[in-house]
Amino acid sequence: MATETTGAVGTCVDSHGSAIGMPQLCFDWFPNQIFWLVVTLVVVFLVLSRVALPRIAAILAERKGTITNDLAAAEDLKAKAVEAEEAYNKALADARAEAQRIASEARAEIQADLDDAIAKADAEIAAKAAESEKAIAEIRAGALESIKLVAKDTATELVTALGGKADADAIAGAVDARMKG
Amino acid sequence: MEGDLAHIGAGLAAIGSGAAAIGVGNVAGNFLAGALRNPSAAASQTATLFIGIAFAEALGIFAFLVSLLLMFAV
Amino acid sequence: MASETTAAHGAEGAEHAAEGGSLVFHPMDQFIVKPLFGGDTIAWYTPTNVTLWMALAILAIIGLLVLSTSKRAIVPTRMQSIAELAYGFIYKMLEDICGKEGVKYFPYVMTLFMFIVTANFLGLLPMSFTTTSHFAVTVVLALAVFLTVTVLGFVKNGAGFLSLFWVSSAPLALRPILAIIELISYFVRPVSHSIRLAGNVMAGHAVIKVFAGFAAVAAISPVSVLAITAMYGLEVLVAFIQAYVFTILTCVYLKDALHPHH
Repeated sequence: MATETTGAVGTCVDSHGSAIGMPQLCFDWFPNQIFWLVVTLVVVFLVLSRVALPRIAAILAERKGTITNDLAAAEDLKAKAVEAEEAYNKALADARAEAQRIASEARAEIQADLDDAIAKADAEIAAKAAESEKAIAEIRAGALESIKLVAKDTATELVTALGGKADADAIAGAVDARMKG
Repeated sequence: MEGDLAHIGAGLAAIGSGAAAIGVGNVAGNFLAGALRNPSAAASQTATLFIGIAFAEALGIFAFLVSLLLMFAV
Repeated sequence: MASETTAAHGAEGAEHAAEGGSLVFHPMDQFIVKPLFGGDTIAWYTPTNVTLWMALAILAIIGLLVLSTSKRAIVPTRMQSIAELAYGFIYKMLEDICGKEGVKYFPYVMTLFMFIVTANFLGLLPMSFTTTSHFAVTVVLALAVFLTVTVLGFVKNGAGFLSLFWVSSAPLALRPILAIIELISYFVRPVSHSIRLAGNVMAGHAVIKVFAGFAAVAAISPVSVLAITAMYGLEVLVAFIQAYVFTILTCVYLKDALHPHH
């Protein structure tokens, strides 16, 4: 009575739908299982070899390529960065040298100007000093002359006041002698 | 299950499953002992481990199969 | 007490147990192949639950590997990264074991892995049908690998492929004996290869079903539910590991075909 639901009742299945012996050893079913297994394997093989495996291989290869490319790009960028740093260092060194050069030039110019000014000032000072010397000498000469005159006059007055007779020549001689002493 | 000789035989055959368990345990235990001594070589030998376990296991399955045959097919 | 529910084996088992008061419950019922649209006979072309769950596996694979990658994003979405992870996982496994010349068989290995892993995980859905728990399925998979590897070995190496059985590093006297052992083990490969997968998956599912039968008994049902949960966790692990093991053994066999010299 269970036949319409359990299907084949025969050497392998009893009327209750239970297995007689091991279902694995029911030879009636072998052709069916083998047939469908072969169909399944062929389908799976076709699906895998035509669609799935090439696609997955392509994905993996693409990913590998992307990673390799990215690594190469990173390497490139790193090289560029190193290059840029070198250029920067070079520019810095150049700028420093230029600055040094300009500074030393300016220093030399200033030194030259300074030397010039000092020389001029020295010359001026020397001229002034010579002039002053001359003026001093003149004044000194003038002063001696005046002293001699004053001394002669004073001596003449003194001699006269004492009652003597002033001999102009004798006084002049005496004053000169004293002045030389 | 009115016991007959086939059932007794099935029970005896099932001892083989236990023997296979000893074999599998042996394989796995020795693998572990070796792996702990030299952990760096362990990873490369897992395939061998599974093959060894599979061979040991297969014989237990044979015993089990004999047991099933005696139970249901004889 | 004909059970009208056909897909719900768990409910059916509970029914059996509740009615009978004992565990009249067949843990293998979940593996029965049924026609999808009724009918009595299962001919080789009949659409059955095998067809349904294999079709769902195909859809899951398409969804996982094709639809998720349709945007071809450089920065992957979650689904796309799962697809890429699966691709990278199998590709690396194949390359590690077989070397560069193994890579051209990548679509075949990937087909095997994706089918097994999706079928295993779909089988973990409640009330589903696990296609990889049937020997008919796994034996075809294993035989396909075995025949491919054998043919490939002879095409690539000619008679030199036979040096696989001639262990040149062993003492000369031992070599014929070793050759016989190697030959036997070579022909046992597809057997163990297929039974390992189907056996593991079937065992886990049957154990879960047995615990589900116990769950109908009120006294031990909490323990039983806990046990189902634990087994389910183990089965999730097994579903992946068995797919992995099947694939890695395929790679190892492929390596033998490409480089038969020890």
